[in-house]
Amino acid sequence: MIKKQYSLTVCQGTGCISGGAEDIFSSLEDEIDRLNLGEGIRIKRTGCHGFCQRGPLVVVDPETSSGLFYSKVAPGDVSDIIQSFLPGGKPVERLFYRDPASSKPIPNYHDIPFYRKQERIVLRNCGHIDPEDIDDYLATGGYQALRKALFEMTPEQIIAEVKQSGLRGLGGAGFPAGRKWEATFRAGGNEKYVICNADEGDPGAFQDRSVLEADPHSVLEGMVIAGYAVGARRGFIYVRAEYPLAVKRLRIAITQARDKGFLGRDILGSGFGFDIEIFRGAGAFVCGESTALVLSIEGKRGMPKPLPRPRTAEVGLWGKPTLLNNVKTFANIPLIIVRGSEWFASRGTETSKGTAIFSLTGKVANCGLIEVPMGTRLREIIFDIGGGVPGGKAFKAVQTGGPSGGCIPASLLDMPVDFDSLTAAGSMMGSGGMVVMDEDTCMVDVARYFLDFTQRESCGQCIPCRVGTKQMFSVLDDITTGQGRPEDIDLLLELGESVAGTSLCALGQTAPNPVLTTIRYFRDEYEAHIHEKRCPAGVCQALVSKTPSLSKREGEGDK
Amino acid sequence: MEELEEQLLREVLSFYRGKKNELIPILLEVQGNFSYLPEDAIQLIASFLNIAEGEIYSVASFYAQFRLLPLGRQCVTVCRGTACHIRGSHQILQEIEKAVGVKEGETSSDMEYTLETVACIGCCALAPCLRINNNVHGEMTLEKVRGLFNPESSSGLSLDGRG
Repeated sequence: MIKKQYSLTVCQGTGCISGGAEDIFSSLEDEIDRLNLGEGIRIKRTGCHGFCQRGPLVVVDPETSSGLFYSKVAPGDVSDIIQSFLPGGKPVERLFYRDPASSKPIPNYHDIPFYRKQERIVLRNCGHIDPEDIDDYLATGGYQALRKALFEMTPEQIIAEVKQSGLRGLGGAGFPAGRKWEATFRAGGNEKYVICNADEGDPGAFQDRSVLEADPHSVLEGMVIAGYAVGARRGFIYVRAEYPLAVKRLRIAITQARDKGFLGRDILGSGFGFDIEIFRGAGAFVCGESTALVLSIEGKRGMPKPLPRPRTAEVGLWGKPTLLNNVKTFANIPLIIVRGSEWFASRGTETSKGTAIFSLTGKVANCGLIEVPMGTRLREIIFDIGGGVPGGKAFKAVQTGGPSGGCIPASLLDMPVDFDSLTAAGSMMGSGGMVVMDEDTCMVDVARYFLDFTQRESCGQCIPCRVGTKQMFSVLDDITTGQGRPEDIDLLLELGESVAGTSLCALGQTAPNPVLTTIRYFRDEYEAHIHEKRCPAGVCQALVSKTPSLSKREGEGDK
Repeated sequence: MEELEEQLLREVLSFYRGKKNELIPILLEVQGNFSYLPEDAIQLIASFLNIAEGEIYSVASFYAQFRLLPLGRQCVTVCRGTACHIRGSHQILQEIEKAVGVKEGETSSDMEYTLETVACIGCCALAPCLRINNNVHGEMTLEKVRGLFNPESSSGLSLDGRG
């Protein structure tokens, strides 16, 4: 009945599921069965494509350049999608993505600006393979890196390759991954551990969730290779409790990997044994700090160890040498092993190799998960990929690095983005949140928001962080409620310097960044709040007679 | 503790070996069954792991996930993530407080609603969002909040959450 073979993928990431993607998948399946088209149309579930804002997403022939991209699909569209494959059928135009500026429909996946300018390495399989089927991962060359590592390379060669690649840890601080691996390898003792940090605690970031939901095996494969390289036999994935779907898919992936011999006592007959357990976190931002995370796995309150803190690579879980890397760092490993360090290091900047992944959200036309080479300019990310600020509003700032990062103003839009340039601008890479703010966003309110977060999440053991963040929050609260005093800006700067300089761990050391950067780049907004009792963006409710309502903002056409 | 509840708890514990590092997984699983950590359960877990009850309270009060009070039938969790914040999650929260008559962190006296906030659900591209029990609702507006918590549609969960 259908001459050509079609493949139909339905995104089953958390975002698309919230829009009803599970029903759409089963309706499509039913319709294919009903019309007896199973021979001609292959349907499969995938993880996140990244373009969650346009979900639920259905893609026809995603691998071909003529692959069709259907967005905002509803159960009522299912019959038309299936009819389009029948003789005389036409693509369902109303589901095409439309360019936000010109409203022109763009039918093909690869022509959509959101995707065209990306370079997907870590996200290579996301949206393309079925995360609950190991065979799909194997078909893309999955676990070949593990074979190569186990049978053709020594641990020293693997570590050398990772070092040469220039890969830096993608959990936030950007510590060179190879050096961590080497330190864990050199640390003595028979018992060592590998931990994957998937406790994505930064509000405004969801890349780790998406990778685990869409491509869990790439992370498992990276971890087994790491275990072989550093001499560990047990691995843990510390997953944020808010991510139930990621936990479910990881469980399936681990079971399938054990069945196929990629995990277990004797992996692929190599004599090397390694197994992985999932540890669900219980909700504490400070557990992103490695010594706190380790204590949490041991069943204790996750509070960073006092200084001088031993390096986790030497004294980690249960006092043993422990390699701790982020989800995305591990997901890069199989490619570095198969394609080599030179291939990896050929993209990026002098000091930041490879790609960066951002959760591009906020006041931007195309929200979603993106991956670009390190060094891509902010302007390209926000305006070419993100489609700019919707509703004709003016761009004001972009916040990177979550509560540890800062707000970068329009004057720095041509800055190439990498670990070091972000730090120089007073912000940081962090876990990759990138929240765009427009003229309707109040920068003092944003600073207050982040300090509210850090003062709640401070573990409380050191005074500068426990008391300092609370004090900074209360000064900011005063300013946003019309009780600001002229000396408050200087007070915030002084407090910020003390908290940053004397806190025990990175939570406190970086907590002032949102305040310091907003004072640095948007001092006039602080002054308007303090001297004129006015909120220029119209956000702070105590300072405006009427705050623009949500429904009004929506009416301005940003959806 | 009711007999049935104790039986359930003992069954949960039977999958563990009684090692101290199992505390957080046990607490998560017990809470998954009871919706919170009942006092009696904490006593039993303490004797199972051979640790002081105080140690369990110290851990349970440290992590945001753990609750020491029972949950309402509908647990409404409003995301306070950055993207949600700048897209107006504060107003969403206020509107829900108005609609269900409880404040953040409280449970209604008829045990129908518990209203909580969370640092981030991770659905930032659909901001502002919230979760009712296990279902995420994205691109919330004040109108959608009113629809979700309208007494006439008491199931409250009929909307599909799409924007």
